[in-house]
Amino acid sequence: MIQKVVANVKEAAMGVSNDMTLMLGGFGLSGIPENAIAELVRLEVSGLTCISNNAGVDDFGLGLLLQKKQIKKMVSSYVGENDEFERQMLSGELNVELIPQGTLAERCRAAQAGFPAIYTPAGYGTEVAEGKETREFSGKMYVLEHAFKADFAFVKAWKGDTAGNLIFKGTARNFNPNMCGAATITVAEVEELVPAGALDPNQIHIPGIFVQRIFQGAKYEKRIEQRTVRKRA
Amino acid sequence: MALDKTGIAKRIAKEVKDGYYVNLGIGIPTLVANYVRDDISVEFQSENGVLGMGPFPFEGEEDADIINAGKQTITTLPGASFFDSALSFSMIRGQHVQLTILGAMEVSENGDIANWKIPGKMVKGMGGAMDLVASADNIIVAMMHTNRAGASKLLKRCSLPLTGVGCVKKIVTNLAVLEVTHEGFRLLERAPGVSVEEIKAATEGTLIVAGDIPEMDI
Repeated sequence: MIQKVVANVKEAAMGVSNDMTLMLGGFGLSGIPENAIAELVRLEVSGLTCISNNAGVDDFGLGLLLQKKQIKKMVSSYVGENDEFERQMLSGELNVELIPQGTLAERCRAAQAGFPAIYTPAGYGTEVAEGKETREFSGKMYVLEHAFKADFAFVKAWKGDTAGNLIFKGTARNFNPNMCGAATITVAEVEELVPAGALDPNQIHIPGIFVQRIFQGAKYEKRIEQRTVRKRA
Repeated sequence: MALDKTGIAKRIAKEVKDGYYVNLGIGIPTLVANYVRDDISVEFQSENGVLGMGPFPFEGEEDADIINAGKQTITTLPGASFFDSALSFSMIRGQHVQLTILGAMEVSENGDIANWKIPGKMVKGMGGAMDLVASADNIIVAMMHTNRAGASKLLKRCSLPLTGVGCVKKIVTNLAVLEVTHEGFRLLERAPGVSVEEIKAATEGTLIVAGDIPEMDI
């Protein structure tokens, strides 16, 4: 069997270089590949194009790469929580492509599934559809959106095994499964790495065939962005 | 008297029917969950990947892995499920969600909606709003009738970049319940104590007033 397990994040990120296109899982700060992001900061790679639903906050998530000006272009659906992002965007330092969230997911999934493009009704008649091919199906208008092409996909799962099989937890699943196998190399980081056979095959969310490298993250901060609670009665 | 945000949420809650799957946007729509009748069964979907959202967790029980689309910590109810983003938007795009409630900055009389961008000022992104408005059959907009300067947000044409075209069916504001028709905004109900004249004055788009307009029952 192909050896998918790498010893640490350093080995997991081997081959990442300047000007690459990266996919990064996560919604807000939930389910982001924390260890991979820290390694990208350490590697000082620059000119990156990052495909990720959000851009982190100023001092966590992709915000760490923005601070060091390592990102040339962001492809996201919502970036509202990050002042440095907004500053770089308004000053023109950062190229930003905002696309609908479902379109982002489906452009990842199309790459994973071998579809060159998909038709979606999202964004028809808005500036998102400008310059794009549109087509009518059964009386409704759709916009042609192309599959992403990326060099690396960095995803984060809850549990994984040495065969690369992944299980996600709660809403930390989000874009992570859709990005697996959607780039040339998919790197999965997990909270707990177990031997092949230890996970119930019925419970696997993403089969290892979509994953090239897997490692157990050294630590997880799992920061909460909007801690919201209710009082006990 | 014009309604406050809670009043708008209470009125919209009456539109939620037994067995519905409902997607709630951020802001006033989130409040709707608090006022849905408790003798009906409704499941709330959050587009980041959960069906069957429950209330906020008790202090100390927050989980970074269980949040809603507003990134707030939440809980789940019995029967809940988690799923990935593509599947989440399959529910939305595939019209499996019966009701979408979202906020707006502007709505036009032909049902266009703008709620994601103020050029040069607000650059946050559309999130899932464009997918929701392009696909949902049943969209209710929760909004204030006018902006802080008193200018109407119910217009002949939207001035801001659009989120979707011809998609809004119903609008509940602090002043009125309106339906979007081919002829314009049809006034269905008035907020308690608000006159038709006040609503006319606050509506820039074409307002259709046919017969007696009842007060909202909230």
